[in-house]
Amino acid sequence: MMNYSDAAEAGAVEARALTVVRGDRTVLRGLDFTVAPGRITGLLGPSGCGKSTLMRAVVGTQADVTGTVDVLGSPAGHPGLRPRVGYVTQAPSVYSDLTVRQNLDYFAAVLRPGRGHAASRREAVIRAVRDVDLASHADVLAGHLSGGQHSRVSLAVALLGTPELLVLDEPTVGLDPVLRRDLWNLFHALAAERGTTILVSSHVMDEAERCHRLLLMREGEILADDTPDALRTRTGSATVEGAFLHLVDEANTIREEPTR
Amino acid sequence: MTTVATAVSPARTLATAARVLRQLRHDPRTVALLLIVPVLMITLLRYVFDADPRTFDSVGASLLGIFPLITMFLVTSIATLRERTSGTLERLLAMPVRKGDLIGGYALAFGTVAVVQSLLATAMSVWVLGLDVIGSPWLLLLVAVLDALLGTALGLFVSAFAASEFQAVQFMPAVIFPQLLLCGLFTPRDRMHPVLEAISNVLPMSYAVDGMNQVLTHTAATADFYRDVLIVAGSALLVLCLGAATLRRRTG
Repeated sequence: MMNYSDAAEAGAVEARALTVVRGDRTVLRGLDFTVAPGRITGLLGPSGCGKSTLMRAVVGTQADVTGTVDVLGSPAGHPGLRPRVGYVTQAPSVYSDLTVRQNLDYFAAVLRPGRGHAASRREAVIRAVRDVDLASHADVLAGHLSGGQHSRVSLAVALLGTPELLVLDEPTVGLDPVLRRDLWNLFHALAAERGTTILVSSHVMDEAERCHRLLLMREGEILADDTPDALRTRTGSATVEGAFLHLVDEANTIREEPTR
Repeated sequence: MTTVATAVSPARTLATAARVLRQLRHDPRTVALLLIVPVLMITLLRYVFDADPRTFDSVGASLLGIFPLITMFLVTSIATLRERTSGTLERLLAMPVRKGDLIGGYALAFGTVAVVQSLLATAMSVWVLGLDVIGSPWLLLLVAVLDALLGTALGLFVSAFAASEFQAVQFMPAVIFPQLLLCGLFTPRDRMHPVLEAISNVLPMSYAVDGMNQVLTHTAATADFYRDVLIVAGSALLVLCLGAATLRRRTG
């Protein structure tokens, strides 16, 4: 059992022996990891390695989880965490038949219901629209936006409640380089100014350089949990991509040895 | 944020209802179809039974109860299926919202649409087409709204078993048609094969249609009318609870 003061010193997310079995396939294999508070942790690995499942386990929407996942001092999925954790799925989950503003108005009303909060809701909506740079499109139907704009609406919804932990599943997929840079600047601003802990996944290795810490994943296992610099130094690689490939080769040799 | 995640929240229910209606407003063609088709169908029926106004009375009253059930079934099953497949349901359930807030919001929104739909169809039938109602048209409206809630409840429930909109519309013939055949619209239920009559006794649409006919033939609300209304309302509530059980916070 962990009390709150321990939790503050420990990670924003603490996972021990996290395992997820879906049907006859083990998607996550007894993972241990920590996500540092107020930092940007990148979750990197090829498509299908279990990144989304890990994020869903952290948010508490994944069924059949064994092991423990503690988030901000409570077990993942605890009702008390719902207003404190923001989650953006890979596919934009907003109503395409509502405008950007109507989408945000609704989710804001769910987070902070009642007339007494009308003013603070309005402020939160304006700020979220500005954060994702969609002020000029606030009255456009979400379904009429481009793919990148559509996914930014989804991100704006997650920013509404000023969450302490933001879980972002591949938020930069399909975005042009300028937008990608802007979003990463936003993530850094959130971590630095609002103290938000960010867990962000990507399968593009060059985004790894922008994270404070990295979790490298492959086939349901965590290959490394370190800073980008330390990873490069340890593996003697020039890039994180090189470090990842080095670690994959290393893991393969270890796996093959006992069978020889 | 001070809101307790588990507290019942009328504000969230209202916000959800407003959101569902706002989505409908961006789709004027659906709204037009919802409101105008029942009026056109009841008009059509009037002239199908041109030489036989007595038959129009009984079939027309039954249809006023059946329209809201069918349309709300279709609209709700598609709307909640979209909510499930677009990821918005998962997102909402990861927020401090109760399932009851969501379901209540849907019921409130589609119930409102049903009131407008039934007002138009009932007004047309009674005042323009000469539907001869002995009881109060307001009681017709009450039954129609309860039927709409039953349709909403059934739609919400079956959407959990549909993986696509194709499948969702196929639940219409599967869930609604048997009730339509057995509800007493085509022939009185006591003249069916005893097995079918027994089945019709446990199908909620039978009571929806019976309730309409009670209003048609009696000046005041009868004991049978109250029984019918309670059964339809109770079925709607039961199916809504079953529907709530299909909204899962954790999924594979």
